[in-house]
Amino acid sequence: MAIIGLRDVVKRYGQTVAVNHVSLEIKDGEFLVLLGPSGCGKTTSLRSIAGLEDVDEGQILIDGVEVNNKRPAERDMAFCFQQYALYPHLTAYNNIAFPLRTQNVPKAEIDRRVHEVCSLLQIEDIFNRKPKKLSAGDQQRVALARAMVRQPKVYLMDEPLSNLDAQLRADMRVELRRIQLQNKVTTIYVTHDQVEAMAMADRIAIMNQGVLQQVGTPEEIYAYPATLFVANFIGSPSMNFLNCKFDKGSFSLAIKSNGETLQFQIPHSIIQNLTHLQDGQDLVLGVRPEDVIISTTPIENGIQVHLVITENLGSENIHHLERNELHLVSRTSPGDIYNEDQQLWVYLEPEGIRLFDKETEKAI
Amino acid sequence: MHRDSTLKKVLSWAGLILLLIIFLFPLYWLAATALKDRMQIMAIPPQFSFTPTLQNFKDIFFSSSGSDTNFGFFFRMSIIISTLATFFSVLFGTLAAYSLSRFKVAGKDDLMFFILTTRMLPAIATLVPIFLMYRNLHLSDTVHGMVLLYTMFNLGFTVWMMKSFIDEIPVEYEEAALVDGYSRWEAFLKVVLPQSITGIAASAVFSLIASWNEFVYGSILTTRYARTIPPAMSVRVGSEGYEWGRIAATAFLYVLPVLAFTFLVRKSLLRGLTFGAIKK
Repeated sequence: MAIIGLRDVVKRYGQTVAVNHVSLEIKDGEFLVLLGPSGCGKTTSLRSIAGLEDVDEGQILIDGVEVNNKRPAERDMAFCFQQYALYPHLTAYNNIAFPLRTQNVPKAEIDRRVHEVCSLLQIEDIFNRKPKKLSAGDQQRVALARAMVRQPKVYLMDEPLSNLDAQLRADMRVELRRIQLQNKVTTIYVTHDQVEAMAMADRIAIMNQGVLQQVGTPEEIYAYPATLFVANFIGSPSMNFLNCKFDKGSFSLAIKSNGETLQFQIPHSIIQNLTHLQDGQDLVLGVRPEDVIISTTPIENGIQVHLVITENLGSENIHHLERNELHLVSRTSPGDIYNEDQQLWVYLEPEGIRLFDKETEKAI
Repeated sequence: MHRDSTLKKVLSWAGLILLLIIFLFPLYWLAATALKDRMQIMAIPPQFSFTPTLQNFKDIFFSSSGSDTNFGFFFRMSIIISTLATFFSVLFGTLAAYSLSRFKVAGKDDLMFFILTTRMLPAIATLVPIFLMYRNLHLSDTVHGMVLLYTMFNLGFTVWMMKSFIDEIPVEYEEAALVDGYSRWEAFLKVVLPQSITGIAASAVFSLIASWNEFVYGSILTTRYARTIPPAMSVRVGSEGYEWGRIAATAFLYVLPVLAFTFLVRKSLLRGLTFGAIKK
């Protein structure tokens, strides 16, 4: 149980800034997911918290105490590596007992605790096997058991599920989250998989190119992305983006495509405050596929398009719509079927419309 | 199809047997010569059937003609000096290799190259300075002097070899141990060392063979108290005519330990020799 703080943390590798002035607080017992594409600095941040990397600037705090100069061993954290890092020369049992052996824990107590975590993870039958002889799922469980057996203040996990197949990954995701909710141990979890992040996190911190983009609950991040990057990264299929100019007089957006200009009336029920916008300001209109509503008949303030292709995913249909160079994706229930090249009209749900400044890429 | 594969098998076995004969013949000849008496050795044509005698082996250990011929002593020296030199070069080599593999060392590449250069000069080129240095430091003809020298010239090799082995061990293992509460030194002992056994065995064999076979330094820097087999054997060639029987007996006993040791660690050695050639 601990509160972890990052204050203005900077980590450089030569000329590259891997972590760029990141400030973040992880609450006691919270499950925080660090999400971002590869090379965004999430793993470096995690390793800095663990003490495996020295930071160049800023502070790392555990319960308000700076730990920048403390060795990893003194920080009382458990680290789950992407490749598990199970000691190949030790059996599963000894791998799990390994962290306890340095703490002068009596043998009987070691045995009791190893059995305890192993019964929780249901891996008591593989004690005498070496890592090589274990399936990927069991290796993962042994790595987890090794992290849990010590009862540390914090779990740090670096893409622990990325080597598992899809089915097992989904199962382990639930199992991990269940254990974390039970133990209430502060957990920082690194992943590039947005589904994993959305499914497991109390809060998500999204990073890109070393910069922290947004921190929030999965719902907040999905519904109110702070930047174009977040809007694009979260959600599959990702948000629709339309370049446009703000027309203050008519309170509308001018969307250009192949020479023609569509005038899109901004609904008054839009949730963003647009009073400070300049006339003619370059904006990006973002709208999630589920907020693109298809109509087969002309509607007011609708955009006329034609259907390019429909992906039938079973639980939902994804329609790709086009008007000249404008491309829109709509998500509907599987019952909605249209013909290829059919003329359709789309209507953008007012609550779903998000406007971004094109220059700063930040939400208005 | 079937005939083809049988023919292939027969041919490859024949080839292997031929190679084996070529490789093992010197060893056979050595053993045979050691077990013959002087007349049988000199016989033309060579005798392939003869009554073996152990006289040559007895002679080299219990000959009455002075201490020079007491090969028990030289054997002991060879074993002590080679073992100690191997032990120290592997010990220091492994530690140095670990540091060079894991830590930021200023001028690491240059340092590694410098270590490599210690192997580039032939022994003969450094003989005179080392001879003078050893004389002034009173290290000539001492066991510790020879151990120091052999350790030094093996070290370049063991550092390079061990570094390539340690580089292959993922750093995550140590990091896991570090986070789990172990110190760097404990992590090295408990995680890195058990995984580099193959590398250690391979470098140990190479170091042992190199020290065991070393002739040039041994013949110049030692005269009596730290003399190993190779220089001792060479003296025997010169002094009382060619005592082929005794030379063969000595040489035979001399190759045995290396043969046995290599056989024992053959698996590690094979991995050491083919290291990097096969992708895991």
